[in-house]
Amino acid sequence: MVLNEESVKAMREVAARYPHRKSAILPCLTIAYRQVGNLFDDIYGEISETIGVSKNEVASAASFYTMFPKHKVGKYLIQVCINISCSLMGAESLKEHLLKKLNVEEGEITEDGLFTVVGVECLGSCTTAPMMQINQTYYENLTPDKVDTILEDLRKKG
Amino acid sequence: MEKKVLFANIDDPNQPEIETYISKGGYQSWQKVLKEMKPDDVIAEVKKSGLRGRGGAGFPAGLKWGFVPKDSPKPKYLVCNGDESEPGTCKDRVLMERDPHLVVEGMAISAFAISANHAFIYIRGEFDYPANQMRKAIDQAYKKGFLGKNILGTGYDLEMIVHTGGGAYICGEETALLNSLEGKPGQTRIRPPFPAVEGLYACPTVVNNVETLSNVSLIIKNGGDWYASMGTKKSTGTRIFCLSGHVKNPGNYELELGTPLRYLIYDLGGGILDDKELKAVIPGGSSTPILLPDKLDTPLDFESVAEAGSMLGSGGVIVMHQDTDMVWVAKVLAHFYMHESCGECTPCRQGTKWIYDTLCRITRGQGEKQDIDILLDLCDNIEGKTICPLGDAAVVPIVSTIKHFRNEYEHYIKHKKPMVENKFMSFL
Repeated sequence: MVLNEESVKAMREVAARYPHRKSAILPCLTIAYRQVGNLFDDIYGEISETIGVSKNEVASAASFYTMFPKHKVGKYLIQVCINISCSLMGAESLKEHLLKKLNVEEGEITEDGLFTVVGVECLGSCTTAPMMQINQTYYENLTPDKVDTILEDLRKKG
Repeated sequence: MEKKVLFANIDDPNQPEIETYISKGGYQSWQKVLKEMKPDDVIAEVKKSGLRGRGGAGFPAGLKWGFVPKDSPKPKYLVCNGDESEPGTCKDRVLMERDPHLVVEGMAISAFAISANHAFIYIRGEFDYPANQMRKAIDQAYKKGFLGKNILGTGYDLEMIVHTGGGAYICGEETALLNSLEGKPGQTRIRPPFPAVEGLYACPTVVNNVETLSNVSLIIKNGGDWYASMGTKKSTGTRIFCLSGHVKNPGNYELELGTPLRYLIYDLGGGILDDKELKAVIPGGSSTPILLPDKLDTPLDFESVAEAGSMLGSGGVIVMHQDTDMVWVAKVLAHFYMHESCGECTPCRQGTKWIYDTLCRITRGQGEKQDIDILLDLCDNIEGKTICPLGDAAVVPIVSTIKHFRNEYEHYIKHKKPMVENKFMSFL
């Protein structure tokens, strides 16, 4: 099993809340990728067995939603909003700064396995641009100093 | 002036706690509805208020509720749309984060109005904090007996469920949202049947935006006439505008509908960043046509903005100053619509990619004379030829920038470089 006990329990709980179990597919994909970091075929099978829907249905949903990573990413997935409000406030150079600082290409994992940087579409944080999301947390009104401190803190945490 | 109706309490850090919310009169509307009102009374009051959808389309909320067939033996569902993804828009998030009980109470009353026993709030997957705030609020409301079985002994049952999505813009469209809520890819459905007749699990369903539903408890508390006394005759009430881009004080501002755009940008927003000249404004999220500075005195209401040649849309006001390369703006937005096209309709799936590729060619200095016509032709072949409005939205930034800034496209093609260099590109 890839999924741990805690994830399986959470999936069963969430599935029980809906009038139809299929509705729990997206919440289950969320639970899975937060535990594992990315999604793959075995996970779809395990979700299918856990909540009693077909594996194809799980895979079909997973493939549509780009928020769920399908390949390995760093422990900290840094998603930089590159849509218009953030771009007007310098999102492109924010992304470049991160890539340079971490010495990686977009989508790659840093050698220490800690970071992956990607540009993503609007994250709904337009009035606090530029911004980025690291795993589940939003970091807003960014400046180079703020970004450097955030990276240092995460590095220390490991 | 700002008119803080929905935002009356958002600066109170304790507002998300149910005790604080109750101490300010919260859940009184819900109790009044349960004990004194019938579903039709609620619908009548909301109709009287003139409340129109805050997601983008501006459809009257009370009318939408009235479409739910009363004689249907099927269960009915209320879905609150918190998929907030329209570029430039970040208002629903603030409501969910800072006054989640206002959303819960509005949802409860609206569910009652359509005789639903299940209410869902669909929140975009990236909004982890707002979703947790909503979960916490809903848990508290259950504990107080405001949700669940036999609420306050009235015999009415209501289950409320937070559902998180997968980060797809298309799921803000109500039929795609319903597919997504059913665990499927977020592709749209052909209407009719409309969701009010056949929505979630093929049952009658009403889908309303977070901001729309947040108004409902206040309308019940103060009356439809009170709400209709704010704003303009056809665009009643207040609206949260998300001011972003090149302004000194970006932020979410609640204004009476009909307040001039100039007031929002210059008085509340403090004017243009670095005191530069205003070049263009997108008034209602990226899917709405650009307005030029000559439209600054346009009152922000549905009718006036339409008359000025755009749409009030989602309330996302994006400001651009003189150093903005408008072809680059079109390219940034073209990338968005290409990425977010769900792939269901060929014109949108293929057309958005061709538009983006053409814009990349132009901005790389490899544009050719006929490219502007090619872009317009592509737009013409997408608009009105897709199931949902994403295709129509995708062409807006292209058509609108060519209409107002054709010279910038021509300059790019002729001189292989932008007419205006973006001078804001570096955040360093």
